[in-house]
Amino acid sequence: MEVINHLLNGFVVAGSPINLEMALIGAFLGTIVGMLPGLGPINGVAILLPIAYAMKIPAESSLILLTAVYAGCEFGGRISAILINVPGDAGAVMTTLDGYPMARKGLAGPALSISALASFCGSVIATLGIVAFAPILSKWALAFGPAEYFVLMVLALSCLGGLVGDSMLKALIACLLGLMFSCVGIDSNSGVYRYTFDLIHLSDGIPFIVVVIGVFAVSELMLMLQNLHAGAKAVPVSGRIMFNLQELALTKWTILRSSVVGFFIGVLPGAGASIASAMTYSMERRIAGSDHCFGEGDPRGVAAPEAANNASAYGSLIPMLTLGVPGSGTTAVLIGALTLYNITPGPMLFQEHPVMVWSLIASMFIASVMLLVMNIPLIKFFVKFLSIPNWLLVPGIAAVSLIGVYAIHGTSFDLVLGTLLGGLGYGLRVMNFPMAPFILGFVLGDMMEQNLRRALSISNGEIAILFASPISIGLWVAALAMLVGPRLFKALSKPSGAEPGAKAPG
Amino acid sequence: MSERIFGAMLLLLSIAGVYIGWDLKAPVSYEPVGPNTFPVLVFSLLALCAVGLMVTQRSPTQWPPAHVLRRILGMFLVILAYAWLFDRLGFVLSTFLMTIPLARAFGSTWMQAVAGALGMSLSFYFIFDRLLDVALPAGRWLKPLLG
Repeated sequence: MEVINHLLNGFVVAGSPINLEMALIGAFLGTIVGMLPGLGPINGVAILLPIAYAMKIPAESSLILLTAVYAGCEFGGRISAILINVPGDAGAVMTTLDGYPMARKGLAGPALSISALASFCGSVIATLGIVAFAPILSKWALAFGPAEYFVLMVLALSCLGGLVGDSMLKALIACLLGLMFSCVGIDSNSGVYRYTFDLIHLSDGIPFIVVVIGVFAVSELMLMLQNLHAGAKAVPVSGRIMFNLQELALTKWTILRSSVVGFFIGVLPGAGASIASAMTYSMERRIAGSDHCFGEGDPRGVAAPEAANNASAYGSLIPMLTLGVPGSGTTAVLIGALTLYNITPGPMLFQEHPVMVWSLIASMFIASVMLLVMNIPLIKFFVKFLSIPNWLLVPGIAAVSLIGVYAIHGTSFDLVLGTLLGGLGYGLRVMNFPMAPFILGFVLGDMMEQNLRRALSISNGEIAILFASPISIGLWVAALAMLVGPRLFKALSKPSGAEPGAKAPG
Repeated sequence: MSERIFGAMLLLLSIAGVYIGWDLKAPVSYEPVGPNTFPVLVFSLLALCAVGLMVTQRSPTQWPPAHVLRRILGMFLVILAYAWLFDRLGFVLSTFLMTIPLARAFGSTWMQAVAGALGMSLSFYFIFDRLLDVALPAGRWLKPLLG
């Protein structure tokens, strides 16, 4: 019953005017960002984080805002998938397969509303899942010492290394580059200046926001110019908006199944929304047998991936909240957001910041309802945002990104550094280096080093302490399994074949 | 090919990193692991991976065609200049100047670009600086005028 009490307290905090407002703004902006082709949740969260921080919004409100943006993007991604056949974010790729054919048949309204309902169910089921599982997982926390923390972070990094991108070597390099950037600045234990090259602005290290904006805003704009597609015409939304009972009856089990499966895929660290939606889509197709029109506008084909990508987006918050291990690129940025507010992500979060965690969970229920309202009755209003031309959007994003970076220290040094990192990020992304391990390496680098040094101080320099406790041995094994497992699995299941969707960050 | 070059650059970077990192020693130390261990570890692993990147065979990177790459480079330079001029010229002027070339690169007409630049620089200044209380630079050139 403790959980119910915590949750009720969470609702009290999340129900305060400012937090309701944050959830509303986040859901609104998230839907728009998700809808715009090329921009996904990771960009939305990255661009809004510095603004929220600059406006001195308290930590829990800021987290509520960013999580609502995350959820909103998963809702919004389907709008462009259905109306212009271009997925708004990586999770919506599968939605185009049946969504666009439905829109072409004049069923854009029902396609949008049934997928909104699916997204809503996915969100709510996943949030219930968090309420049920997260507190149990977080109980493990109490047995963690510095050595275990260190190995936990190794696990976190190998999770992304194993599952993201097309090559483990590239993921590893991305992660090491992130760790490398985290070494810059004064060493807090000894006061030694490391890799600052006598630049005053580097003595505090490279600010997290500078890295995030560079890698997820500046480089994203450059990629947008590279992938410039002539503005596709949106199918107009006309006729009935609501799905009818027949469509509901057809999809209800699809939605429930996909939500549950999506949630569990999201919980697995490293497997994000795109994997979840692809898996549930093919699963539903198989279950449907011969009685379907998948690929030509089957409502189940929109419901399954949408329920799954929302469920997995929320599911990926579980490893983040309980262990400090992100389940996706976006949660890696959210972890960085926590450290920005001096909150140590990791197993102690539920113990040390129960109010924040539970108000976040409560706000996820609230944001889901808001998103449902925005995405069914107000859908015609949102569709208008699809006609924002790129020539206005791109400079707008550039300006907002730099505003956020400027707000931290007010120096142009940070801005120039962020832009240069953006150039680096662009190069890395064109060469297919995954960015999630990079950002996670940067976020975890400092904590990793501190815990390593603390552990070795305890043991007086004996490396053996890293393998001493059953927990750390278990974590080492898990890390190894994460690195080797997916590759082994792939090698066993099919000897060769192209890997789709390796480039998109979750 | 580009990955080999990148691998070589990474290798040089990590050698430099190990070289600099080696001498990072605390004047007085109470702990068995000093400030140089972790960076040296990271750079050494990076060196290994860089060699790995150079020797392994993998599908070549698809760079965009040269004329697109030139446009992207141009855009990067515009943003870099924007970053550098942000507090020197002030938000309104620098944003105005940045918006025009970017808007043109994404296919606007000159009229649209200028109108968009004007509207955006002024409205963003008003929204962020006045409404949201996120301080933006007015510009050093304006300071003497404003007193």
